[in-house]
Amino acid sequence: MLDYGSGNLRSAERALRRVGADVTVTADFDAACEADGLVVPGVGAFAHCMEGLNAVRGPQLIGRRLAGGRPVLGICVGMQVMFDRGVEFGVEADGCGQWPGTVERLKADVLPHMGWNTVTAPAGSTLFNGLDAGTRFYFVHSFAARRWELESSHAIRPPLVTWAHHGEDFVAAVENGPLAATQFHPEKSGDAGAQVLQNWLRDVVG
Amino acid sequence: MGVAVRVIPCLDVDAGRVVKGVNFKELRDAGDPVEMAAVYDAEGADELTFLDVTASSGERETMVDVVRRTAEQVFIPLTVGGGIRTPDDVDRMLRAGADKVSVNTAAIARPELLGEMARRFGSQCIVLSVDARRVVDGPATPSTFEVTTHGGRTGTGIDAVEWAARGQELGVGEILLNSMDADGTRAGFDLELIEKVRRVVDVPVIASGGAGALEHFPPAVRAGADAVLAASVFHFGQLRIGEVKDVLRADHVEVR
Repeated sequence: MLDYGSGNLRSAERALRRVGADVTVTADFDAACEADGLVVPGVGAFAHCMEGLNAVRGPQLIGRRLAGGRPVLGICVGMQVMFDRGVEFGVEADGCGQWPGTVERLKADVLPHMGWNTVTAPAGSTLFNGLDAGTRFYFVHSFAARRWELESSHAIRPPLVTWAHHGEDFVAAVENGPLAATQFHPEKSGDAGAQVLQNWLRDVVG
Repeated sequence: MGVAVRVIPCLDVDAGRVVKGVNFKELRDAGDPVEMAAVYDAEGADELTFLDVTASSGERETMVDVVRRTAEQVFIPLTVGGGIRTPDDVDRMLRAGADKVSVNTAAIARPELLGEMARRFGSQCIVLSVDARRVVDGPATPSTFEVTTHGGRTGTGIDAVEWAARGQELGVGEILLNSMDADGTRAGFDLELIEKVRRVVDVPVIASGGAGALEHFPPAVRAGADAVLAASVFHFGQLRIGEVKDVLRADHVEVR
């Protein structure tokens, strides 16, 4: 689990241990590069998270892992930073650029989007394997990817995009080869969240 | 489908033990907070709130320990309030495993504190707790509700509805709205208070104070609450979390 000064890592660490992972919380580039799987958590402001990530060469680390097909899981703002950029209150910041698109403020009556919501996962999803359609996950965020802009060619396996709705549709999870991410907090989503983490972990160890 | 209305049990904790008093005056011991948190999680609570009512600051570390032990075995969101005065207090609770921290009296003394906390930790984890009551003595406020301190015994003259709006402006991500008139009465939520605050904020509003029967919950949601919080009715087994969700579901409210 990448430690770059972003909030409460303990919950995610404990939730991963609960499903059987051997977890190391580290900011060390080589250790994070060599792990079987890397979790990138994140809470708070997009720009602030990117500052922290840049300080530990996070974008290079994530890029190098993905180039080698090594799994990465982004959670909440840890998912948002995988996009090209984020705009919060007029402040624009570059993300890691793994996916095209901008993370923006949701158009909804009540923000933050705080609480348990359902998601619509595509057929073939690994992350949501074994979970019923009405299962709810815990979200807390005001910003999101409101569109999915990565064009898929028929030559490659297309990314699996899971959607949720609060005021409008937004991206709730992505499974794109070795890069997976969730806008909700699996570590705070009780047994349903544990199942998502376990599904990811099973995929990591093959 | 949309986000579910949250049902939140609140545990008042004094020196590491759960208590709940009628209007905060008669405290009764209802058990171990860590154990109760696990029970509420199993019963389907959507979040948990711990309110530290410990009087002496020497006991604050006890609360940190309670939070740490709870977060080790409960995998739903946890909010901690009571005695949070500085950004470092917030930091300590978040590091122990809390997801959100609620701020009350310290923000009344210095509102800018809310902005400082929201900027450092993010709006999503700063909750403004407003203890409101109808003005009984002293000058009227525009909304007729005022902010109180000391468990509702001391009026501040600050308009409670304007204070909630100010909190949102300063960056808090949620309002915990406690009716001190209704608290402990089990006669139902203060719907007028909820409606008035709902009209001026677009962050989530948690309605608190007055829950005594199942039929009290749907009107609070209709008045605009995004979450409903109760303490004693849950602790003493008078109502179960699942029953509250059933009655909300029957009223076409989405619940988890």
